Amino acid sequence: MTDDYQDGNALAGPLQEIFAVDLTSAVGRCSHCGLTGAVATLRVYGRAPGLVARCPGCGEVMLRLVQSAHSMWLDLTGTVRLQVPI
Amino acid sequence: MWRTATLVATRDETPDARTLVMEVPGWPGHLGGQHVDVRLTADNGYQATRSYSLAAPADNDRVEVTIQRVADGEVSPYLTDGLSLGDAVEVRGPAGGWFVWRPGDPGGVLLVAGGSGIVPLMAMIRARRAAGSAAPFRLVYSVRTPEERYYAAELDQLADEVGGPELAYVYTRTAPAGATRPAARIGAADLPPPGWSPDSEETCFVCGPTGFVEAVSALLVSLGYDPRRIKTERFGPSGQ
Repeated sequence: MTDDYQDGNALAGPLQEIFAVDLTSAVGRCSHCGLTGAVATLRVYGRAPGLVARCPGCGEVMLRLVQSAHSMWLDLTGTVRLQVPI
Repeated sequence: MWRTATLVATRDETPDARTLVMEVPGWPGHLGGQHVDVRLTADNGYQATRSYSLAAPADNDRVEVTIQRVADGEVSPYLTDGLSLGDAVEVRGPAGGWFVWRPGDPGGVLLVAGGSGIVPLMAMIRARRAAGSAAPFRLVYSVRTPEERYYAAELDQLADEVGGPELAYVYTRTAPAGATRPAARIGAADLPPPGWSPDSEETCFVCGPTGFVEAVSALLVSLGYDPRRIKTERFGPSGQ
């Protein structure tokens, strides 16, 4: 990990490819430390082959988003839940 | 969904920043604070994507972004200097639903900009005016020198209007002649600026480099602002 990160606002465009609502305004809960906050507040690292979003509290991975030629892969292992405003 | 955006006009904001006006057929409109992803494709198929804040409300299919040249950047020098009128890029958006101001939002708004972090906040100020909103708006704009201010004439004009936003500058490197505040990084004496009463019921939007955003957020919390009312957007590698 470095300080070379963006914030979760940067996930809005890529997540738009698979969700009809804006997921960066959703409130997520970290499965590691329990911190809750908007997806927009996560720390996003783009140097991996894809986007890796880490909890701003404990630094653990909450979300991974990888695009291949024919698929988008979304891994939410580190997120207990997402509360999406409707 | 990627759309074609054609450059129809440019405007220099400072020697290092240029506004691009692009025509995007089918653009659905957007809110102040939202951004757009811009994708460039090289002849060999290599693609680079960057996010830029939209600088103003949409004018039908026309959208504006203001881009700071990053000398060794992969994308920004091409957008500011390599793109000619009539050239096209691909855009995706509008994107983002968290760092946004909606004209119907209740309460006052405190905007705190660091450098080119002014861009999405200017979009909110312009959206407020376009909507005829009377929501109290205050802007604290931290910038290195007076010459590096974006939208300086328009901001001063808006601040002079009846019901216009309150405006305070914080100069970090060179203050204008006669300024009482010496040039220095933003600190506790600047928030709220002299003469402004604190209003912890305001919603705060803070945009700038990571260090700036974290320092300002901590200051606001120490002033009694609820962290849940502080929304932040940091520049990252995508700003290049």
